[in-house]
Amino acid sequence: MRARRGWAWLWLFFGFLYFFIPLLGTFIFSLHGKRGVLSFAAYHRVFSDPQFLETFGFSLQMAVLTIIVGLCLIIPTVIWIHLRAPWAKPVVETFSLLPFVIPPIVLVFGLIRMYSSPPFQLVSSRLLLVAGYVVLSFPYIYRSVDAGLRAIDLRGLTEAAQSLGASWGTIMFKVVLPNMRVSLLSAAFLTFSIVIGELTLAVMLAWPAFGPYMALVGRDLAYEPAALAILSFLLTWGLIGLIQFASRRMAGSALGGTH
Amino acid sequence: MTSIPAGQRGARIARPSSSKRPWLGIVPFALFALAFMILPAGSLLVGSFQDAEGAFTLGNIAHLFRPDILKCYLVTIEVSAVTAVAGGLFGLLLAFSVTLGGLPKGIRSGLLTFSGVASNFAGVPLAFAFIATMGRVGMVTVVLKTVFGINLYEHGFNLYSFWGLCLTYLYFQLPLMVLIITPALDGMKKEWREASESLGASKTQYWLHIGLPILAPPLLSCMILLFGNAFGAYATAYALTGGMLQLVPILIGAQIQGDVLHDPNLGYALAFGMVVVMTTCILAYTALQKRASRWLR
Amino acid sequence: MAFLELNGVVKRFGKNAVVDGFSLDVEEGEFVSFLGGSGCGKTTTLRMIAGFETPTEGSIRINGDEIANVPPNKRGVGMVFQNYALFPNMTVRKNIEFGLKVAKWRPVEIAKRIEEMLSLIHMEELGDRYPHQMSGGQQQRASLARALAVRPKVLLLDEPLSALDAKIRAMLRTEIRVIQKQTGITTIYVTHDQEEALSLSDRIVVMQSGKIEQVGTPFEIYNRPATPFVASFIGNLNILEATVVDAGLGLLSVEGQKVFAAGPVTGGPSVKLSLRPEMLSLEPGAPEANALAGTLDSVVFLGSIVRLGIGVGTREIFLDRFNAPHLALPAVGSRVSVAFPRQACLVTASDAPLVGLGAVHAKAV
Repeated sequence: MRARRGWAWLWLFFGFLYFFIPLLGTFIFSLHGKRGVLSFAAYHRVFSDPQFLETFGFSLQMAVLTIIVGLCLIIPTVIWIHLRAPWAKPVVETFSLLPFVIPPIVLVFGLIRMYSSPPFQLVSSRLLLVAGYVVLSFPYIYRSVDAGLRAIDLRGLTEAAQSLGASWGTIMFKVVLPNMRVSLLSAAFLTFSIVIGELTLAVMLAWPAFGPYMALVGRDLAYEPAALAILSFLLTWGLIGLIQFASRRMAGSALGGTH
Repeated sequence: MTSIPAGQRGARIARPSSSKRPWLGIVPFALFALAFMILPAGSLLVGSFQDAEGAFTLGNIAHLFRPDILKCYLVTIEVSAVTAVAGGLFGLLLAFSVTLGGLPKGIRSGLLTFSGVASNFAGVPLAFAFIATMGRVGMVTVVLKTVFGINLYEHGFNLYSFWGLCLTYLYFQLPLMVLIITPALDGMKKEWREASESLGASKTQYWLHIGLPILAPPLLSCMILLFGNAFGAYATAYALTGGMLQLVPILIGAQIQGDVLHDPNLGYALAFGMVVVMTTCILAYTALQKRASRWLR
Repeated sequence: MAFLELNGVVKRFGKNAVVDGFSLDVEEGEFVSFLGGSGCGKTTTLRMIAGFETPTEGSIRINGDEIANVPPNKRGVGMVFQNYALFPNMTVRKNIEFGLKVAKWRPVEIAKRIEEMLSLIHMEELGDRYPHQMSGGQQQRASLARALAVRPKVLLLDEPLSALDAKIRAMLRTEIRVIQKQTGITTIYVTHDQEEALSLSDRIVVMQSGKIEQVGTPFEIYNRPATPFVASFIGNLNILEATVVDAGLGLLSVEGQKVFAAGPVTGGPSVKLSLRPEMLSLEPGAPEANALAGTLDSVVFLGSIVRLGIGVGTREIFLDRFNAPHLALPAVGSRVSVAFPRQACLVTASDAPLVGLGAVHAKAV
């Protein structure tokens, strides 16, 4: 066992190096904003760029819309499946694999082709972007909600509430949803982190989102991209670290992301 | 409180599940999936068999076998295969070290939490991070040059190339592997090892006859998943190489945005080809996982 | 020289001694059980014999050879685990074959041995099944066959029946003993179930907190418990408070009534009197037997046993008797007299930790 532990520490060390050095390097690089001295000048410039606020605000809006639409669409569906249509579960689960089979670049292509011409000319509507984002974050929302419902024994709770005379509204808002706080937060944060930095859909559908803004910055400037990368990582880390910590008590962990 | 029979109180009370129209609740989701997943994919499928006037043709599919397109597929497959195998093996080693390797529990949860974050840290920020670290004036490049006297780029390393892209992709492939293979490693019962020892087997014999055969299906299936993950990746490649490296997703993106060789029907065929590749991956993954779950439960 | 010798074996994790001075001699062909609650050290001791833990102090010898520093795969010790631990990627045949191949038996011998083993466990037709295609009982039998195939010197079983349901457990228990007698292999059996230990073993080692409380035959352990722990751990006990009236005569006063112990008593003036429920009777006993007057409070039907709850003064004692279809019992509430021989009295010091009927069932925890 001793020898095995030695190897284990070794691989961990290499892993640590590989993951940590880029982060450290990026951070130090981002402090080179002003010549000759380490400072947060690059960060200042980023924050004072009006485009930064505009595009971040836009993506923020989109993220919130996506969360709302996604949750409103998926929560009732999953609850329905749990309670009345368990046969539909494999079907819906297969759909949660679709965003892997249809990567964002292919999805956006298909969306453009279908919705560029009448009668459904949605291609320049924000609706389409939100719809696309909902598709991208669907697997994560579904998995969070499903895990949350399984953990609270949905059927047991609703039957108990029914036998006490509760209406569906009461059951939903006073019994089920409050018990799903962690998984709802998890779904929301995951969706948020996916939408904020998303590039493919935003570029192809030509929206002034945060992702394309970052790509633009990368083309023209040197140190600001590094600052953006650090900010982005902190944001993602903060959100996901929080929910990983909170949801470690529940089954189901986040997988992959959009690239 | 006087008890009132459930049926008498009024229409507000939630009744127990009735079997009337159990498909009703699925309708909103089904419509959404249809409108924004199935039909768009279907329209790509249709488009790949149409020419510019809309007539049926197999020409686009034929174009997929053009040398330059084939080369594109080849490069994409190579990148995906390299990062799948490398990410798979190193991810396995990392996951192994925190499960069967006997490290403290805190390290394990730390690694898993980090993997959850890192597997999402892709696209533009990741590309920037690697440019800032390993680019021509990246921190590591500079440190190697000034402190150790090693000039990376003179030795042939180039971040904006095939190997640079692979190195960058590993940053989200590795954590993904760690996340998906850890449950399989947890399922390896320590009693199997002990039983084999009590029967006289050495460590090598255990791994050769028992350990690896049991781990092979989940290992393989995870690598296939990693392959698909890299194959469909667009944002990271775009942000890193700016379209210089000819990958299938980049090519599709170029068709969408209308480049010099603008041929949307070819684009549809490319997209269709990509969906075929991804579907194969997911089918292989599911089949292997079924086998794995039988043994590791 | 005994076949398996453990001498002053100690296992410490940090400052905590999980096994504290374990010494035991096991003869060849003996079936010895380690019996105790969780955390008593029985599994750790077993794992030290197997080689999966190393003793902090002490020695372990098989047939005279010190094995404490021999790696587990060279000890010639067979092990059967609680969760069967069959290799999932192999059929029953291949599982049994594994140890034989490692030991480099000739193919002809291997084939013969596999058939021998399959018929030993009565699974001749199931040889080509995979573990996930078999029930728990079948898997455990296969696991036993796999361990025995290579003719180990000692067979170790770590709570092999805990994961099975009651009916299968009873059946498999007998099978294990039959096979053990047939093969004559020295066996150590770890369990927390006293019924298993009592019915299977040549000798039982009762353990608590890493120490041996008593070693003896099942009869000895049950009828002549050496310590209060053994008395309360095995079987059921009625525990009554008693005051010593005459220590030399063994005369006690229980709930104001006279009770004679089998001999002089020590540890007075207050002691605990423990009585096994099956030693009590409603029929009058011999002239020199004891008798306690009480009221019949309850009759509980437990299957083959009928348990009568009898109030004696302020305490409740339980009397077990065999069920019979034409059982004639006094009416609940009537006065009864409970008789028991002097030899049935177990007298212990007042502060000895005992768990009896009435509060918590005094079976193994």
